[in-house]
Amino acid sequence: MSLIINLAYFVAAVLFIVGLKQMSSPTTARPGIIWAGVGMLLATLITFVHPEISGGVNYTLIVLGIAIGGALAWWSGKKVQMTDMPQMIALYNGMGGGAAAGIGAIYLLQATPETVTTTGLAIAVIGSVIGSVAFSGSLVAYAKLQGLMKKTLNFPGQQLLNLVIIALVVILGFMMALGDGTIGGGTLLAFFVLSLAFGVLMTLPIGGADMPVVISLYNALTGLAVGFKGIVLDNPALMIAGIVVGAAGSLLTQLMAQAMNRPLKNILFSQFGGGSAAAEEEIEGTMKEIQANDAGIMMAYSSKVIIVPGYGMAVAQAQHKIWELTELLQKRGVDVKFAIHPVAGRMPGHMNVLLAEAGVPYDIIYDLDEINDEFKTADVAMVIGANDVVNPVARTNPDSPIYGMPILNADEAHNVICVKRGKGSGFSGIENHLFYAENNRMLYGDGQKVAAELVASVKALG
Amino acid sequence: MIEISGFVALYIFMLAAFTGYEVISKVPVILHTPLMSGSNFVHGIVLVGTMVALGHAQTPLEQAIGFIAVILAAGNAAGGYVVTERMLEMFKSSKDDKGDKA
Repeated sequence: MSLIINLAYFVAAVLFIVGLKQMSSPTTARPGIIWAGVGMLLATLITFVHPEISGGVNYTLIVLGIAIGGALAWWSGKKVQMTDMPQMIALYNGMGGGAAAGIGAIYLLQATPETVTTTGLAIAVIGSVIGSVAFSGSLVAYAKLQGLMKKTLNFPGQQLLNLVIIALVVILGFMMALGDGTIGGGTLLAFFVLSLAFGVLMTLPIGGADMPVVISLYNALTGLAVGFKGIVLDNPALMIAGIVVGAAGSLLTQLMAQAMNRPLKNILFSQFGGGSAAAEEEIEGTMKEIQANDAGIMMAYSSKVIIVPGYGMAVAQAQHKIWELTELLQKRGVDVKFAIHPVAGRMPGHMNVLLAEAGVPYDIIYDLDEINDEFKTADVAMVIGANDVVNPVARTNPDSPIYGMPILNADEAHNVICVKRGKGSGFSGIENHLFYAENNRMLYGDGQKVAAELVASVKALG
Repeated sequence: MIEISGFVALYIFMLAAFTGYEVISKVPVILHTPLMSGSNFVHGIVLVGTMVALGHAQTPLEQAIGFIAVILAAGNAAGGYVVTERMLEMFKSSKDDKGDKA
């Protein structure tokens, strides 16, 4: 029996790695998640005959737990809007972290001098800390993105308090790991409460814009915690899957932080926009308005149009209309491309998902590096719901808070149309110099309405 | 079960870490969100760990913790799968539905 169980775990581990590999290319991504799903199913089913599971009550509880947790998550996952995806991932991730911490709690409760080693205890302790932090931190991240918790909390001595808490966690951890295995209930409770508190306090001061990177970090941490639990439980499937995710997640976190031009340590240990607003340059020129009808005609008679969508487009639910517009333009022989900034949407790749939902094929969607040189040859660049990611001051003004952030060079197109709900600056509160440029026209209005008007004006041309 | 101890665990740790790094090192930005979601699903394997932990729980306290852990882990696995699958289902090439246009 043991042989079959081990074989199943081995196959599951292989399927996870193959699945993740396939998920890193758009053409094979779909089978990738399905293979990983098969691996998960196999590993879960075979665990029912695991020799270490005993007792009828425990079996009942396992089945009941899987039914409750699985059904609730399945239902919520089917229902969630694509725009709310980042916080949903945070929630599911937090659940995984909590589960890892739970395994740690049981192991430490059951520890007796005869059954444990110092190494085993130490690994259980480390995994429990990481799992708890990922759990409470992810829940805070979820609450923030879901709008349940609006403010970022800053108070004097915050860093010091965090330091004291983590020091206490480390001391308690050492006490448990170096002890003989008999752990007092009070010590264990204090250890978990403080670990959870640390996760909350670490996440509270982080602003919504940086949250995706933090979610990715917690994802990596949960992976690591699961890997450590795998060592504790002598379970290679947990070890391999957990560590692979830990490493992949760490790399992904780095890539996201790079794309946002925000070093990880700044995100975690300092607050965005905490300093005084940088001296603004005097802006030359004025904002010039354009009507949707004229904008539509301009695009219809272009040979190349690049659309730069931002989160504002998704909030206005304009992506379906934009795709309709794109199809109309394509029928007229216009070369239409989408340019996606790495931080368009709530996290890297989120905008691609939103466009994909609207039916936009991924091969007309381009990354910043792929398309930035093409703006020079574009007749029209249409910016919809994006702001800071096309602000040329990121290239020109070293005093600007966003200086050095890679931007889309929409300003290099022959004509620029910026669709915007009203006058005012972007997420970061920085004036956008593009709006004042000679080749730029402002198209005011709600994204979806404007898109519908554009569609109508192109259609009217026949 | 297999006894994994000491240096063997360390070797597995090291090789798995490099595998994870290699596997996603060339991922395009468009897949960052689905991939994060996908890796989130993969660590849902913690479900297996919680099942074993609850399986040898003895006191009511251990059973309670184990039960909650199983619920959470099942949520991680099921939710992670559904949202990843939903996102990836939408990625289509323009060749898929209208010939060789692009």
